Amino acid sequence: MDIERIRQDFPILYNNPNIVYFDNAATSQRPKQVIAAIADFYETANANPLRGLYDWSMDATARYENARAHLARFIGAPSPEQIIFTRNTTESINLVAYSYALENLEEGDEIVISVMEHHSNILPWQMAAKKTGAKLVWMEPDGEGVITDSEIEAKIGPRTKIAAIGHVSNVMGVTNPVEKVINRAHKMGAVVLIDGAQAAPHMKIDVKELDADFYALSGHKMLGPMGIGALYVKREIIEKLSPFLTGGEMIEYVTRESATWAELPHRFEAGTVNAAGAAGLDAAVTYLENLGFDFIREREEILTARLMEKISELPYIRVYGSKDPKKHCGIVTFTMDGVHPHDVSSVLNEDHVCVRAGHHCAQPLMQYLGVGSTARASLYFYNTEDEVDRFIDRLSAIREVMGYGA
Amino acid sequence: MELKQLYREIVNEHNLHPSHKGTMQDPTLVLRGVNPSCGDDINLQLKIENDVITDAMFEGSGCAISQASVDMMIDDILGKSRDEALDLAGKFMGMIRGTATEDDLEELDEAAALSDVSHMPARVKCAVLGWHTMEQALAEV
Repeated sequence: MDIERIRQDFPILYNNPNIVYFDNAATSQRPKQVIAAIADFYETANANPLRGLYDWSMDATARYENARAHLARFIGAPSPEQIIFTRNTTESINLVAYSYALENLEEGDEIVISVMEHHSNILPWQMAAKKTGAKLVWMEPDGEGVITDSEIEAKIGPRTKIAAIGHVSNVMGVTNPVEKVINRAHKMGAVVLIDGAQAAPHMKIDVKELDADFYALSGHKMLGPMGIGALYVKREIIEKLSPFLTGGEMIEYVTRESATWAELPHRFEAGTVNAAGAAGLDAAVTYLENLGFDFIREREEILTARLMEKISELPYIRVYGSKDPKKHCGIVTFTMDGVHPHDVSSVLNEDHVCVRAGHHCAQPLMQYLGVGSTARASLYFYNTEDEVDRFIDRLSAIREVMGYGA
Repeated sequence: MELKQLYREIVNEHNLHPSHKGTMQDPTLVLRGVNPSCGDDINLQLKIENDVITDAMFEGSGCAISQASVDMMIDDILGKSRDEALDLAGKFMGMIRGTATEDDLEELDEAAALSDVSHMPARVKCAVLGWHTMEQALAEV
């Protein structure tokens, strides 16, 4: 496939050929098909879905539910009823922490997470632990960022009731051994939440094959709009799960004293839903399917290998995580001797290169790595070899700008 | 001024060769200032005798702008009274908000080089860390 033709689908990239966007792990760009789907919803079908008995509302409902069914197929969920639309991964994980963890944890129980988690997969569990008296237990990676079998067995035990782990680390780019975590946790009678925010844009997800109990993702990292995400929940769990937020559109019958809940999954989607966002996500999933994950992965591996090879020639750069570009999911986190990551990022910005600098919402990992902050270049299939070369060229000029001679 | 020029002409010198970095014996006031989002972290030490700042030093780490800014601030506040130092801090904050007068900038001396940070919202917290920490330290007196 021709990358230049693909880039023509992305107006922000096509209109700004001088800008190198390497912050895809924070949010991806959106193709015009996604933007068109959102506009088309508002221009041709805008009405409040799920309630109106007229054509526009029924059309809006159909688009919303088609998006759900499509996403369910995309991640291998047995039925659309097991897909709850949320705002993003953070809200998905909070839903599980409030509706599942608070009702099922007792004092002395353990929640197992890893030190590589994004804050969104840490803070909800800290909250649940505080409120229930459960204990938070941390899995730690080895030097290459790998959580070993023995670490999984040591940390997930008979007291474990919930394990929550990122499918792909947003800092190291490493794909975690989620199958092993799920196997071990199920043997111990625990449920597992997978934070798929960084995985869903890059690889085929099959929640049924994984046997995940909960799988959370964000639309905006996988070409979809901001403000729409999802949570997959296993059938036997979702049937017993209490609502998270309450209000309109999630009820069956309401009296002055009480209410009964709407059918699945609507009881988890209180208030007017983000139907336009869902329509955009539907188009994003179509776009990813048309490209195919084989192509996406191949492009990412070519670009990551090129970037890692060239960056390794700069002696003052340290790259974190695996030495194998195939184990980075397009994410290359690094530091530059003597130059703070914020200065790296600011100087690159002046040269029209967008990279992230800071703690990447993963402060426990930064503490574990012994760094205050890092810079991160994250690639996606629409990036080019030329962009990698421009990035390296600008990067190699920074130390001189910062007063370290030529 | 463009960022690269700002680094080359002012910031690098204060970042790489600070005049006031180190540990003070018997400081009157010590306060830590942190920008949690970027990891800028300074420990400001002031010696105040008869309401005059007779010595000031800082320790810490962070981006070049945060470190250079605190070093330039100390140039500005040495020998000043508490009120004069707070007045300068107000002028520096005004400069970052884009409301400082020519006279204010002159009084801020080299620190006025950071006026272009007012166009760099992502770097405002870095530039004001030292000044903000000093304000807080003096407010505790």
